[in-house]
Amino acid sequence: MRRRSPLPDSTLVGLHHEEEHHPELLHHFANAEQQRDSSSLGMWVFLATEVMFFGGLFCAYLIYRRWYFPDFAAASKSINMALGATNTAVLICSSLTVVLAVWAAQTARRTLLILSLIATMLLGVVFLGIKGIEYRDKFVEHHVPGASFSFENEPVPGHPGQFANPRHAEIFFSLYFVMTGLHALHMIIGLGIFAWLLYAAWKGRFTPEYHTPIEIGGLYWHFVDLIWIYLFPLLYLIDRHP
Amino acid sequence: MSAHSTSSLHSSSSPLKTYFAVWIALLIGTGLTVYAATLDLGRFNAAVALGIATAKATLVALFFMHVYHASEKLTKLVVIAALFFLLLLLGLTMSDYATRPWS
Repeated sequence: MRRRSPLPDSTLVGLHHEEEHHPELLHHFANAEQQRDSSSLGMWVFLATEVMFFGGLFCAYLIYRRWYFPDFAAASKSINMALGATNTAVLICSSLTVVLAVWAAQTARRTLLILSLIATMLLGVVFLGIKGIEYRDKFVEHHVPGASFSFENEPVPGHPGQFANPRHAEIFFSLYFVMTGLHALHMIIGLGIFAWLLYAAWKGRFTPEYHTPIEIGGLYWHFVDLIWIYLFPLLYLIDRHP
Repeated sequence: MSAHSTSSLHSSSSPLKTYFAVWIALLIGTGLTVYAATLDLGRFNAAVALGIATAKATLVALFFMHVYHASEKLTKLVVIAALFFLLLLLGLTMSDYATRPWS
């Protein structure tokens, strides 16, 4: 990982002084700091694969948006912008509570840690709830791709008298549901991770010396927030001006 | 590197100030994106929206995800590698589609 002095003497002679080590320090790491850096690096490598995972979808989105821009603009206008903007703010607030949780763990503030984790989960649930309302609207309006899909006589923004091609709008909604659905799945997984973090924090497992799971879980949560920061303008705000 | 230099994110005097400042900036950025979307900027609407999104994403990565204070250079390398391959994917694909006069 980085240039290091040779292994500590205790390792070389095969001795292990328990009193010098935090119980969470695994034997194959030189010290707690190396262990933390390794965990963090592992998470970042995973996030890099997630960038490519979502990147493929963003790429598909860009290609079709270029081809069918007027239809994408019309379809985008049918999504509730206020709900999307609210959800963006909700996720940003949840990212703040995550860094507060990390800070609380670093500074041994157990109550703040637990409250921050609970607040993060609540905001995550609010996000999914708002997403549910949005999906419900799309089902009611028959904007869900499939047999009952309908997008007839929807005007193209900025082109009076012109209507969107329903087949092309359906591609927009397919991308909308796959991208936001995959994002929501990540939120649900994130809620599971944070439920476990909350349990471990409740048990008092995290200390200023060892709170790697909070940091790693936090990285994941921020990444999901980061994806949404791009999804919001790309899906909700294609052509909103009057 | 030894312990004291790598724990800068732990010992920095008040990260809270930074966190709240970034939080406010992200909320303002969100408001700005919504406002900019209501303006008719022609072909620049998309550029403005993506520009603000990228600024927000950068703030999240640098300060909330601690890339700025990352002690491990490999972490920065992984972030840059991820962005590089994403740009390769999007850049090469779009430069192909954007330069096809027949499609």
